[in-house]
Amino acid sequence: MTGGGFIELDRVEKVFDVRKKTGFLRWERRQVRAVDSLSFSVARGEMVGYIGPNGAGKSTTIKMLTGILTPSGGRLRVAGIDPSRERTRLAHRIGVVFGQRTTLWWDLPLIDSYKLMHRMYRIPDARYRSNLEQCVELLQLDALLDVPVRQLSLGQRMRGDIAAALLHDPEVLYLDEPTIGLDVISKARVREFLRELNTERGTTVLLTTHDLQDIEQLCSRVMVIDHGRLMYDGPLAGLHEAGESERTLVVDLERELPPIDAPAPARVVRVEGPRQWLAFPAAQSAAPLVARIAAEYPLVDLSVREPDIEAVIARMYADRATA
Amino acid sequence: MGTGRLYVAVAVGGFRRYATYRVATVAGVFTNTVFGLILVYTYLALWEERPQLGGYDQAQAVTYVWLGQALLSTLAIGGGGFEDELIERIRTGDVAIDLYRPADLQLWWLASDLGRALFQLLGRGVVPFAFGALVFDVALPSDPVTWAGFLLAVLFGMVVGFGIRYLVALSAFWLMDGTGVVQMAWLLGFFCSGMLLPLNVFPGLLGEIVRVLPWSSLLQAPADVLLGRADPLGTFAFQGVWAVALLAAGRLVQSAATRRVVQGG
Ligand SMILES: Nc1ncnc2c1ncn2[C@@H]1O[C@H](COP(=O)(O)OP(=O)(O)O)[C@@H](O)[C@H]1O
Ligand SMILES: [Mg+2]
Repeated sequence: MTGGGFIELDRVEKVFDVRKKTGFLRWERRQVRAVDSLSFSVARGEMVGYIGPNGAGKSTTIKMLTGILTPSGGRLRVAGIDPSRERTRLAHRIGVVFGQRTTLWWDLPLIDSYKLMHRMYRIPDARYRSNLEQCVELLQLDALLDVPVRQLSLGQRMRGDIAAALLHDPEVLYLDEPTIGLDVISKARVREFLRELNTERGTTVLLTTHDLQDIEQLCSRVMVIDHGRLMYDGPLAGLHEAGESERTLVVDLERELPPIDAPAPARVVRVEGPRQWLAFPAAQSAAPLVARIAAEYPLVDLSVREPDIEAVIARMYADRATA
Repeated sequence: MGTGRLYVAVAVGGFRRYATYRVATVAGVFTNTVFGLILVYTYLALWEERPQLGGYDQAQAVTYVWLGQALLSTLAIGGGGFEDELIERIRTGDVAIDLYRPADLQLWWLASDLGRALFQLLGRGVVPFAFGALVFDVALPSDPVTWAGFLLAVLFGMVVGFGIRYLVALSAFWLMDGTGVVQMAWLLGFFCSGMLLPLNVFPGLLGEIVRVLPWSSLLQAPADVLLGRADPLGTFAFQGVWAVALLAAGRLVQSAATRRVVQGG
């Protein structure tokens, strides 16, 4: 840990005491180590992806970074502030979006929630107006401002939530699964906006997701967490190498045929009637493989599946365990 | 100053939220009116048998009924206040979001509930009350000072009612299933606020007790101010003491609950 980062974690831990009922008036106490000796540092203006399977400890980390959870151990600073001790002071400098929860006022028009943010964060009037104008334009909220939040689609609501988190000019934005459940167009809009936010305003962004495409399109740096431990911290390409991850080419042929004779390391992993699945390294282009199959086989249709993040991490985890 | 504007905005929002549910409001007005009719005829039969029961004459008893209908949803005596929502937020963990905002949880909900109460008073309370006053023989003061005193007592009642329900809602931090507590509190409140029968009808020790409990601030206190049966200043003092005590208790419980949340219990 070198110090000087905007977000600094030094061997941070979070242990939950969980009580489970095991019988009549019998409780079993168990400790869940949600975050385990986590250290990383994020510089001002960085855009970092934070990924990992369900239950890895992503949300717990974000909650500690906002101050709504106190770490059980280690040292944590955001903008030099200890979040859990000075939650309210920090609140003026950070923005948070939880994908599965909303901070918006359910029964009221979207604009009412923004007016409330205006008062809550004591945003100077001119600042509020220009920030709102900018968010409305970039997130295409124009037609939605007078619509009650409960009538918004998930994607619209998410855009509304992101705007709400930014009106007070936070220096850092945490997003916990901002694209979960969104359709392709909404996802694209959210990504586009985040990219602009980061490059134009220089806002530091920490983004949790389990959609690798979010990371691919946005983040030069990715951190992988599993079982509360940091498994990887570096560029996305490196992650594919570290996890030896593979993409899948799904090929529909005209008729049922024996497994396609593909050039190694690509290989057929599954055959089901006229459909065949081929695995090949994620770092390698699909083009030559596709060209070859198209030339030699009666091809009807094909699609490429991105590596499943859970699989990548599972493989990384297995590698560490055997190493 | 800046903080004041935030909570005013929250109260305005609380008011407007309920204003968006027009059908529910009309249905509520209807229910309150029907309920009022049933109670009025019950009371009239009772007062026929026992004139001057609890010190009220018939017109005063009838006034009390319609006042009860006007304040039932205003003071959320029959449920329907902010507490269901807060309990739900505690249960789902959404309350954590409320904690990272630079706003005070108790003031936030108080402002929001006062906005709601004000809407319910105007949207749901006035019509049944006016109906009752037009159709039946009622005892209403002509002195505007008495009316002002009554409205102030209602405002105090709103704060006391909030104080009670805030404690009930916070219990959800410790109890997995808060519905039992809410139902108990609702039943207790219905009885002890005088919604079924005026508290001065209750005999002996039971009467003495219910009249000093906080619930008597809700309906009985404003009613007695309106009917000219209680000293307004003494009533405000009584309500004020309960309001302060309950809000203070709420703050204590809130800080314990907050500690619990940030520890991840
Ligand atoms: N308040 C809590 N009490 C007990 N256990 C919790 C609590 N919050 C999270 N956990 C546990 O901590 C682990 C990490 O959870 P979380 O941070 O939500 O993961 P992620 O966001 O990566 O899916 C999980 O095993 C989860 O069950
Ligand atoms: Mg999560």
